[in-house]
Order: sequence, then structure tokens, then C-alpha cells
Amino acid sequence: MNRIEKRFRALAKSDDKALIAYIMAGDPDLETTGELILALEEGGADIIELGVPFSDPLADGPVIQRASERALASKTSLKKVLGLVKDIRKKTDIPIILMTYYNIIYKYGEADFASHASSAGVDGVIIPDLPPEEGSDIIGHCRSNGIDTIFLLAPTSNDKRIRKVSLASRGFVYYVSLTGVTGVRTALSDSIKPMTDKIRKTSKRPLAVGFGISNARQAAEVAANADGVVVGSAIVKLVEENIGTKGIIPAVKGLASELKAGISAKS
Amino acid sequence: MLPDSKGHFGPYGGKYVPETLMAPLEELEAAYRSARRDKDFRKKQEDYLKNYVGRATPLYFAEKLTKRLGGAKVYLKREDLCHTGAHKINNALCQAMLAKRMGKKRVIAETGAGQHGVATATAAAFLGLECEVYMGTEDMRRQSLNVFRMKLLGAKVIGVDNGSRTLKDAINEAIRDWVTNVEGTNYIMGTVFGPHPYPMMVRDFQSVIGKEARRQIMKAEGRLPDRLIACVGGGSNAMGLFYPFLKDKEVSMTGVEAGGEGIESGRHAARFAGGSIGVLQGTKSYLLQSDKGQVLETHSISAGLDYASVGPEHCFYKDLGRIGYTYATNDEALDAFQLISREEGIIPALESSHAIAEVIKAAPKMKSNEVIIANLSGRGDKDVNQVSDILGVKF
Repeated sequence: MNRIEKRFRALAKSDDKALIAYIMAGDPDLETTGELILALEEGGADIIELGVPFSDPLADGPVIQRASERALASKTSLKKVLGLVKDIRKKTDIPIILMTYYNIIYKYGEADFASHASSAGVDGVIIPDLPPEEGSDIIGHCRSNGIDTIFLLAPTSNDKRIRKVSLASRGFVYYVSLTGVTGVRTALSDSIKPMTDKIRKTSKRPLAVGFGISNARQAAEVAANADGVVVGSAIVKLVEENIGTKGIIPAVKGLASELKAGISAKS
Repeated sequence: MLPDSKGHFGPYGGKYVPETLMAPLEELEAAYRSARRDKDFRKKQEDYLKNYVGRATPLYFAEKLTKRLGGAKVYLKREDLCHTGAHKINNALCQAMLAKRMGKKRVIAETGAGQHGVATATAAAFLGLECEVYMGTEDMRRQSLNVFRMKLLGAKVIGVDNGSRTLKDAINEAIRDWVTNVEGTNYIMGTVFGPHPYPMMVRDFQSVIGKEARRQIMKAEGRLPDRLIACVGGGSNAMGLFYPFLKDKEVSMTGVEAGGEGIESGRHAARFAGGSIGVLQGTKSYLLQSDKGQVLETHSISAGLDYASVGPEHCFYKDLGRIGYTYATNDEALDAFQLISREEGIIPALESSHAIAEVIKAAPKMKSNEVIIANLSGRGDKDVNQVSDILGVKF
């Protein structure tokens, strides 16, 4: 059993839900990313989603696009991110998932990626532009290296796709709560309750919901229908606003604890 | 039959998109397959292509050019004479018809040189659809005339200020729009690129070029051509011309990429000369990328060829050796642009000038009884400001 499954089981036992916190690795530099991972954990994050920058992040809105540009400017590569995970493993056992676009992994080599990620201490991978149909190679390599492949579902997914995605996923299934790119939204999508109900009828895996969730109130509302809540752009935006100041670590830690308090209160 | 049911051309192609688009792409493919079987749809398509687009376009024997080059007989497939001035309308109109048939009210498109944007705006006006076109701000500067044309046609042009501010960035934004507004909107992709079914569908819509050329050359020469030449950005005008000849083993084919300032300069868009296999914007194909998988900036005098990847079906036929690929530099394209203007009284698009540049190299090496067909994919009116700037001509 890897760290992700363990964490969901532990949370379920205490009737709690997961806060899955996304940050972009190398934004503004990898040293800060290491500190942010620890700060997020102290703040209450249960799982870390670590973005690996790509030049053309077509599933992302402006906030994460800008973070990718900053991370590329600081010369962040997949290899360096794996190095960071290896280092941080000396300090924390929090589940870490890499999120990046397929070309980054394809160019690195899928077999090498799975084995290097595994030995670095990575627990799972999310590839937003890779549906299970195109994922048989990466699924195979990840299975044999104990890396969870987390695939996404969307409001447009039909029953057939829900089955397919659930079958290909390990760790959890990620429901994209809206039709659109990542980013902060003022209101939650109406589709969350009916779609999570529908997914649960087919899938026994833990279900996390993400995209457009930015504050404790929204996180609490989503947590009522999910096992985990993913918050990305709101955290990345806070990083952006505090770059070059000493406030960056406490600000992010503060947001994580607010979000976690919201999630735990409602679950 | 290629592609296979999942949209693969051998190892290339496929559907590398966010989950949100998987069901809409399936829906689009089903709608396309059903329209293709529908006699009424086909009849209407034929009628529009004839009476609105102005097909068939002539296959013109360029006698003066032939004489000057002193080798193979050169025929030009005059796609520049299509309504809106380029082959792009063949595809844009058919996809807009499909959107309407699917009950969509709004279409979006990306554009590089502006020709696909103008074609989509035109088709949308013609069929009564709402239209928004994404265009890099660098391309808007280079192709300001087409920006104004799109606005006149009632389309909204959205400037994209990310990355290199060219075609690639416009496609990213168009995909982001589609992911957001998937209900009620169709994405009209301008070339044989992107996720399945686009490479197949656009190829089919553009293959009218090759079907006509085949019929026309048989009438003019009583035989098939020895060589086909076309420029390749995404590769839709080339695939449109080549596809109906693929089974004719005696017909050789050359795709011409943008050599920019030369391959060694690193400032080019020659994917086959300088790229490697990768995945971008929905498909697996040749890609100009770094060793870490980051997409590189491209460069070409021609906005329509200034793109980091290429249609997946082209890669398949490149590997097979069925289609050869070469490139023409900015300077060679500019020379061809001027030569054919003066020799034939035809001002070609800078994109098509790359194909003509290859004709200039190839024809003198061939025998006088051999035949070349080059695709004159678009007219150059949109490019005259840019060319006059480069040549230092004030008017």
C-alpha cells in the first residue's frame, strides 16, 4: 500500500477529508518549493501535488501559466524536481504527486520516469492531457514501479468514460468540477453534487474534486461530496503575490490551515 | 485505412487532450461520419464549394515560368483563386456546416497568417454562426489586413499575448476556450493537426484539391504528374493535394517546410529537419523541442508556416518514404514570391512561395517531358505590406 492509499484510509477512519495542495515546482525556485511543501504539510495539507512546468500548459488558466513561466525561467526540469522530492523525503512522508503534461514525461522516457520517480519517493502522477486511451505505456511502467496513475473525469464524461477512467486510476479519481481551465472562480459549479454521486455509483476509489476551488467555504462545501479537495491556483496566486518577501512561507501555511479547517469542519 | 479507430497514423496522431474534450471529440467524429453518409449534406457541400467558394479551381500551366526554369512542365493548382484567397475555406466551410448540423451556435478558430481566420469568419457569416478567432499578437502585426477582414466579416478577433505570440499560442487559447465553452461551441481547426478526428476530417475536406488536380492533369497531359510540391505548415494544403495520389507509385511528392534563416541558425520551423517526436496540442508528431521536452520558438517570414509541429499523417508518410520533405529559407521564398509575380502575374502568399522556391530548384533538374504540379495555396495580397517592409520599398 503506498502513501496515497494509506492517507485516504487514515482520513476515512477519522471521518476526515483530504486537502490536496498544488504548487508549481521551481516557482520561484526549487529551494522555496521545498520549504513550501513543509509549510503546506504543517498547515494541514494531506497530499502535495507538485507541478512540473511545460511551455504549453493548455489545461491551465493564467495563474498557473505564469507560474510555469517563472519555473521555466528558474531552469526547472523534471530531473531537478525528482531530485527535490528525493531530498524532501528525508524530512517528510507526505504523499507527493507530480502533475505535468505528457510531452515532458514522453521526452524523459516513460520507463525511466516511472523508475526514477519511484526511487525518488514520488507516489503518483497526474497528466492532464493524457486520457487512459493513450496511457497504456505509462500505466504499465507506473504499475510495476508502484506509482499511482490518477486520471481525470469532467462534467462532460459519460458513464462509459467514468468506468474507463476509474479502471485506469490508482490512488484516487480526480473530478474536474467545471468545464474550463484551472483558476480561481467566485462560484462553485452546480455539477459537483450530481456528478460526484454518479461517479461514486461506478467507482469505489477515493474521489477528489478540483478546479475553481479557492477558499475555505468552497472547500468545505466540496468536501461534503468528496474524499479530497484540490486547491491549486489560489495557493499559486499567493506565492506569486509574495515572491521576494519573507511572507511567502507563512502566507501559504496560513491558507493551508484555513482550507483544512474548512474541510474538516464540514466532513 | 488510416487513421485507425483511435486516430493513429502508425505511431503518430491520437487524442492527447483534457478529459473534458474526450466526449465532444467523440460527438464530433460521429457527426462527421454521419454527415459523410448523408446525401443531402454532400449535395449541399458540393453546391457551396462550387457556387460560393468557386471550385473547381484551375490547374494552370505556367508556361513562362516553365520556359525560364528550363526543365519540367510546371502546373500551378490555383487555390489562390478560391473565395477568400486560399485553400483554407474548403475546410472551414465544411466544418462550419458540420457545426450547424450539430446545432452549435458558436464557432472558434485559431489563425496564424489569418487565412484560416478569414475563412472561418466567412463561413460563419455565410451560415449565420457566431465566430471568435484567436490570433497571436505578433501575427496580428504581420497580417493586419486579415485582422481587419475578419472584423468586417463580423468575427471577434482575440489577440493572444503569450509565448511567441504566434500560431502555437493561438491554438492553446482556442483549446482553452473550447474546454470552457464546450456546450454550444465547435472548434474549427484550420489544419491536419490536433486531436483525432481533426487530422482525418481536415484531410478529407481538403482532398478536393488533389481530386480535381488529378482529373485536370489527366485531361491536360493524358497522364499523372511526376511530382507534387506543396508547402507544409500544419500541412493541410499539402495533404489535400497529395492524398488522392498516394496510391500512384509513379508520383513523387515533396513537402516544403519553413527554413527561416537557415537550419544552422536555429531560427526556423523545419520540424523534419530539426525536430523529434513529441506530443503537443492533442497529437503525437514531429516537434521542435528542447532535450527536456519544452516546445521551442519557431521562426519564419511566413506566419502560416511558423509552427513548432506538423500534421501526424505527414510524419507517417515521411517514415515510409512516401513523401519527401525539404525546406526553403526566408530568402528563397522571397525570391520565389517576386519571380512568380513578374513571370506569371500571380502574387503568391508567402506560404505558397516556399513551394514555388522548391519548384525553382527542382524543375531545371527534370526533363522537359516531365510534369510538376505545385500547390499555389493562397494569394499574396495579405503579404505585400510585410514584403515591402523587408525589401525597403516605400509606397
